[in-house]
Amino acid sequence: MELDNIERLLEKYFEATTTVAEEQTLQAYFSQEEVASHLEQYRPMFNYFSIAKEERYTKQVPLKPRKRNYKWLSIAAVVVLTVGIYFGNYQIERNKEREQARIAYEETKKAFELLAENFGKGTDKVAYLQEFEIAKQKIYNNN
Amino acid sequence: MKQSEFLNVVMPFKDKLYRLAKRLLVSKEEAEDATQEILLKLWSKNESMGEYKNVEAFAMTMTKNFCLDRLKSKQASNLKLVHSNYEDEKTSLQKQLEAEDSVRWMERIMEELPEQQKMVLQLRDVEQYEFEEICELLDMKPTAVRVTLSRARKAVRQELIKKHNYGIG
Repeated sequence: MELDNIERLLEKYFEATTTVAEEQTLQAYFSQEEVASHLEQYRPMFNYFSIAKEERYTKQVPLKPRKRNYKWLSIAAVVVLTVGIYFGNYQIERNKEREQARIAYEETKKAFELLAENFGKGTDKVAYLQEFEIAKQKIYNNN
Repeated sequence: MKQSEFLNVVMPFKDKLYRLAKRLLVSKEEAEDATQEILLKLWSKNESMGEYKNVEAFAMTMTKNFCLDRLKSKQASNLKLVHSNYEDEKTSLQKQLEAEDSVRWMERIMEELPEQQKMVLQLRDVEQYEFEEICELLDMKPTAVRVTLSRARKAVRQELIKKHNYGIG
């Protein structure tokens, strides 16, 4: 490759008017062992570009099994929600019933207590009657 | 699209995605994460992938946007991307040492360029895309691409000349 051609290409290169093919010519020239000494300074540039092209992405291409089926996920969610609401309501109803039963029980207990108290009063009064009976018996005995 | 078909589509350009990501994010780990993210995004879109006439261009644009967003958010949170991938596979040969040295030097120079120039240079001089493709990928006008490319190349040249002269003097 004649030197003046390379020099001309270099000039064009720095004006960014070379074609890809011309740039490859330049790269080929600078990859030789012998380069004109006044062009030596450009060598690292072209060498670097060809080295940089060698770099590889060495990691595995990570392809996870793609997107789960969200349709099924939503159906499952609806089912869970429905069941949840149904049993939730059921539970609340049952709690309410239990509460009512407890209140009724309390009321009944109160009523029974009232009854028992009054019975108690009755027995006290009957105790007087007992006294009367004893006194009566005494009188009979004396006669 | 089946997984194997998807891989067939993606395999030829996944390295390009990675290299672009690494050009922008510099750190190897960050670039790997970004590439992975992009591939997963593509995979999740694979049903509509037939609609894109050029999946590669689409993926490259995604990568570009993803990385720029990432850089922006890092900047906003005042964090700097750190990287530790200065490889040092030492060889005894003087020449190889010099070559590696110049590669590292070039890497440093490329890191200093503005993002736009980085991308154009990467796409053109490393991946050898045509101008029209670059316009499409970066959403730029052809003249803008040319100007940016020219500037990037000249910036690299200037740094190299500086280094070259320094090396001699």
